[in-house]
This record gives sequence, structure tokens and C-alpha cells, in this order.
Amino acid sequence: MGHGPAVKLGKDDAASFKTSLGVKMFFGYTIFYVIFIALNVYAPKSMETIIFGQTAAVIWGFFLLGLALIMAVIYNHFCTQAEKRYNS
Amino acid sequence: MIYTQSPLAIGLFIFFVLFVLGLSFYLARRTSSAEGYYAAGGNIHWMTNGIAFAGDYLSAASFLGICGMIATSGYDGWMYSIGYLAGWVVALFLVAEPMKRLGKYTFTDALDSKFNSKAIQLMAAISTLLVSIFYLIPQMVGAGVLVQPLMGLPHWVGVCIVGVVVTLIVATAGMASTTYVQFFKGAMLLIVSTALVGMVLFRGLSTTPENDGKPYHDFTTLYADSALVLEDTSYRVIAGLDSIFGKEGFVKLERNGKESIWQLNETSEGYRLEETLYATRLNDGTRLYNGSPAEEGQFFPVGHIKELVVNGEEMVATGPIGPFSFLSALTESTIVLWGTAYVPDADGITTIYYQKPTPGSQILRPGLRFKVDNSTPMEKFNFISLMLALFCGTAALPHILIRYYTVPSQAAARKSTIVAIAGIGFFYLLTLFMGMGAMTSGVINLLDNNMSAPLLALSFGVFLFAIISSLAFATVLGTVSGLIVASSGAIAHDLLDNFLGLKMTDRVKVRAGKISAVCVGAIAIYLGIVFEGMNVSFLVGWAFAVAASANLPAILMLLFWSKTTARGVAASITVGLVSSLGLILVSPDMWLRYGKLPADAPIQFNSPALISIPLAFAALVVISLLTQKDVNIGHATEPSSN
Repeated sequence: MGHGPAVKLGKDDAASFKTSLGVKMFFGYTIFYVIFIALNVYAPKSMETIIFGQTAAVIWGFFLLGLALIMAVIYNHFCTQAEKRYNS
Repeated sequence: MIYTQSPLAIGLFIFFVLFVLGLSFYLARRTSSAEGYYAAGGNIHWMTNGIAFAGDYLSAASFLGICGMIATSGYDGWMYSIGYLAGWVVALFLVAEPMKRLGKYTFTDALDSKFNSKAIQLMAAISTLLVSIFYLIPQMVGAGVLVQPLMGLPHWVGVCIVGVVVTLIVATAGMASTTYVQFFKGAMLLIVSTALVGMVLFRGLSTTPENDGKPYHDFTTLYADSALVLEDTSYRVIAGLDSIFGKEGFVKLERNGKESIWQLNETSEGYRLEETLYATRLNDGTRLYNGSPAEEGQFFPVGHIKELVVNGEEMVATGPIGPFSFLSALTESTIVLWGTAYVPDADGITTIYYQKPTPGSQILRPGLRFKVDNSTPMEKFNFISLMLALFCGTAALPHILIRYYTVPSQAAARKSTIVAIAGIGFFYLLTLFMGMGAMTSGVINLLDNNMSAPLLALSFGVFLFAIISSLAFATVLGTVSGLIVASSGAIAHDLLDNFLGLKMTDRVKVRAGKISAVCVGAIAIYLGIVFEGMNVSFLVGWAFAVAASANLPAILMLLFWSKTTARGVAASITVGLVSSLGLILVSPDMWLRYGKLPADAPIQFNSPALISIPLAFAALVVISLLTQKDVNIGHATEPSSN
């Protein structure tokens, strides 16, 4: 059977921590994504509201794209720290 | 008719092809093992892999399709960007590291890592092949579509060029060459798109956009009294209010022997007539554009601002403008969008494109493409289901997941996903500016909005157009090579090696992979030619829906539910595949393609994810609970014992 990683991986004692953190951050982002979808479906007019010269829809779009990157960087920071802490 | 055959574009494309082929043959000398062929030896740097992710993911659908949709439908096109990028969050937080930990060469490896189940090997391989082929067909057809106007070559030649080049890339060095092709393509796409957006902002907004020095066609307005007697007597009415055109809100006029169609707008003094564009398919199959053959160039590019308002002040042009000012000016302004009407008469069918001045604040919010205002429960369901498919599909696309096997560690898998999110997220920001730039720069070809981004580049001159056009080809090359690697892995590794149990040496595995790549490449060429002329972009939507339904529930439950069994996983893939495909085949969109009325379709939604994903989860839970005594597995999220 040809299973198992292509390269030899070291033991990762931080895996449980990273999995738990990943699940929490996934739900954190999903909440915002669900709110965005719900507003589009149930209050579409609210997306036309002008905030700082932009429609709320554009602000939401920038927010969701930016939030993904910010949360990704935060996730990586804590995962890297955990790997240093647990695997050293 | 709108396009220019550019020797520079051809030259750049040939240069890129020779470069990637040279690279592939160079890397081939270092790719003799199965690890090297299927996973690039597992030693690609995470930064390279992250950009390659972007090159793999940003297909023609992203580059050409989303820009085109934004150019004609505004924010609704950008909703795809938001949904696609959100899908990478699922990939990063839930899937990236476990996929690296559990898998070897293919996505099936990870699913089957704890079981060694023939059922999983077969079903996951079938799912991989189906998803990859659904994705592959639009790319190949797109290659042919690009070649026709830009190089003056027939459709089949474009398909063959891309098919042969990609097959050579994959068959020489497998994932190693594919990775570098995707890396260069991803990097070029980001750089060139940034430059294009910079030029759009530097040029600013104008009510009279110029197209590389050529003035924008000035769409005429005529006035008539209530009996349709025109103020401009040089025009003669040939199909008036009582004609079939009149009943649809249009009239046909003639001047100097040339016919034209005008949209009627009632005013207090009679009628205001707005010039339209129209395409006619005569009963003998002849196609005319604004009453003339295509080569006469009478079907003008469109897209302009009717009233340009900046900070409450109306103006003609803004000059150089910042990105936020660009969007806020569009929000305040009124932009001319284009509606479509079909009028059949004795000569054939006429498609009329008429002006629809629309406030920018309505364009930069959802609603032009998706029915969200005063929508029915079924329309709400359809929208939510689509956004769910986009959210869940990315982390389940086999050709994306196999990139996790090319990096040396779980940390590298994580970091490369973050680079991908940064690159892809940035590109999706740019799509808003490219799409809105095309919408207001007089470059849109209403017959094919997919060419909006290259035509926006053409408005800055042939040089940028040549670069963007060659990049569009590179986009197809990068994505197709990833799809062929995934497909050949499913055939050679999952089916031949694991499912059929053929005992292959390392060398034979590589040869099997190369032969599979050639076979898949040949099939891709065949399908690309067979589907010529069909709008098959909907197949990408199928790929996302099927991947989200068949693959993601199985991946997530394997990782997070310790009672998951092999039969549960196989059942989940089967139910996800069958339910998503079944629902798609009886959807209103498909009914239309069968030549029937969409309202007669058995179901009234097009996106199946909201039903098929829960069904796949339910199947996995029920079957796993019923088969607990068969297999006793450990929790898949436990650390590897390597």
C-alpha cells in the first residue's frame, strides 16, 4: 500500500494544540461569513448603505478578504510558537 | 471584430512555452523516483509552493471569468472572489496540516491512510477524476477560444497547443515541472494584474473613455412625438410601435440604407429613443452584428459612465485617482449597463443589447446577477447554497490538495497556504478594480464578457494587451498541468497501484504516471475540441459542488470524528457524488440546456450544495455507526508515529 507521507516527518507534539486552534479560528471566520451571507439574503438594502464613501457591500468584501489574511498570520504565529514549545 | 491579432502576444506566448518546456526537460533529469514525479520530492520551499498554489488555483475562470462578470454585473461577480477566498480559510485552519501528515501522493492517500480500503480507493479516485475533468473541459475550451481571436488560428489548434504543451510538462517531470510552471504563472499574474490596475487608476475615470487613442462610440439619442414622428428626419421608421419589435419596447429605423434598432422610452412629449447594439442569427445560420458581417466591426465595444460625480460634483474626467476614491466616485456616479432582449421575427432571432443607466451604489452591492431583493425562499436557498459550495469547495479540490505533498513539513504546508491566501486575496482585490475599470472604459464585448480583462489592457495599447493575452494562455497552462497531475495520480497511484494491487517498482510507478498523463492529456484535447462553441464554464461550478459534497465531508469527519469507518467514508463520497450530480442534472439551468423551460424542471434551484453536503455528512455518520464493529480505528488527528 502506498500510503504515508512522501517525506519523513518528525513527531509533532503540537498537533493537538494546532488542531484545536484551527477549529476555533475556523468558526471565528465562519461567523463573519455567515453574517455577510445573511445580510445579503435578508437585508440586501443594507448593503447599499454608504460608509466612508463606499457601499457596505464593498466594505464587507474588503473586510472578509483582509480578515482571512490577518487570521492566517495570527494562526501561524501561535502555531509556530506551539511547535517551538512542544517539539523542542 | 474587436480583437487585434498581435505578433507580440504570439511571440510572448511562444517564449513562455519554450521557457516552461526547457525547464521541464531540465527538471526531468532529476525526476526518476515516484516521490519526485508525484510530489516533486517533497522539498519545494513553502514560499514557492504558496505562489504555485495561486498559479494552480487562479484558473481562466478566475482571471477571465470573474473580471468579465464584474464588468457586466458589478459586485455580484466579486461575490465569487469573496467566496473562493473564504474557501482557503477552510483549507488553512482545518485541512492543510492533516493533509500533509496523512497523505503521500494523492488526496485518496489521506482519506485511506487509516483504512487500506478498496472502496475508498475506488470512490476517491473516481471523485478525483470527475472533479478534475469537470475543471479541465472549460480550461481546454477556453484555450481554443483565446487562440481564435488573438492568433487567428482555429479552435482545435489552440486546444492541441495547450494539450500537447501541458502533457509534455507533466510527462517530463510531473509535479516538479508543474510546480515551477504554476509558480511563474502565479507570480506573473500578480505582477501584471497589479500593473494593469495601477494604469487604470492613473488614467482615472471619464465619461468619454478612449480606447488606445480611438474615441468611444457616441451612442445617439433621438426624440419623437407620441405618433413616433422623429425630430431627425434623416431616419425612417421601418418597424414601429405595432411591429414585433415595438411590442418588446424597440423600433427599427433606417438611414442611408443602414438599419438600426432603438430602445423606446416614453416621455411627457412622446418618446426618447436610445441606440442599441444587436446581433441577428438569420434563418440560414448567417450571423450579423448591428446589421453587418463581423469583419466590418460595427458591433462596438461598450461601457461608460453616464454621469461622473466626485464628492457631489459632476465632472467629465477625474485624472489620476486613488483606489478608494476610484470606488467612491463610481458609487456616486451613474454607469450605463446593458440589458438583453430577444426578438424573433420572420428573418431569424435578434438579440438586442440596450442601455440601462444604473446608479453606482446599486452596482457596488449584490443584486444585478443574484436575485436578493424581494427574493422568494427558493431564490434565497439557491444563493446560500452557491455561497456554501464556494466556501467548502476549495479545500476539497484534489488538484489543490496534492500541492500539500510537495513541501517538506506540516509547518511548510501551513505557511504555503498563508502565502496562497495573501496572493490570491490580493488578486481578488485587483479583480474588483479590473472589472469596474472594464465596465467604465468602453472595452466590453457584449458577445463575450470573458475577454474584458485583455480588452481593458488593449485600451492601454497593444504591448500590455500582448502581455495579458500571453498570460491568459499561461493561466490555462498552469491550471491544466495541475489537473493532469491530479488525474494521472488518481489513475496510476490510486487505481493501478492501490486499488488493483499491481506491484509496481518505483521506476514503473513513474512510467505509469507519465503514460496516464499522456492519456489524460489526449482525453483533454478530445474533450476541448468536442465541446467547441459550448459555454461550459458552468462545469467549474459542478467541480466545486461535487468536490464540496463528495470530498469535504469525508475529509472533515476522518479528521474530527473518531468513529469514522472506511465504509462510512466510501458511502459519504458516493452519496455526495450522486446527490450533487443528480441535483445538478435536474436543475433549471440544465433544463434550459436540454431545450426545455426552466420552470418545468423538477427542482427550482441550481446549486445543490445545501442539500448534498448535509446528505454526505449524514451518510457517513449513519454508515459509520452501523459498521463500528468492522473496523476499529484510532483518531485521525493523533500525531503521526513516524
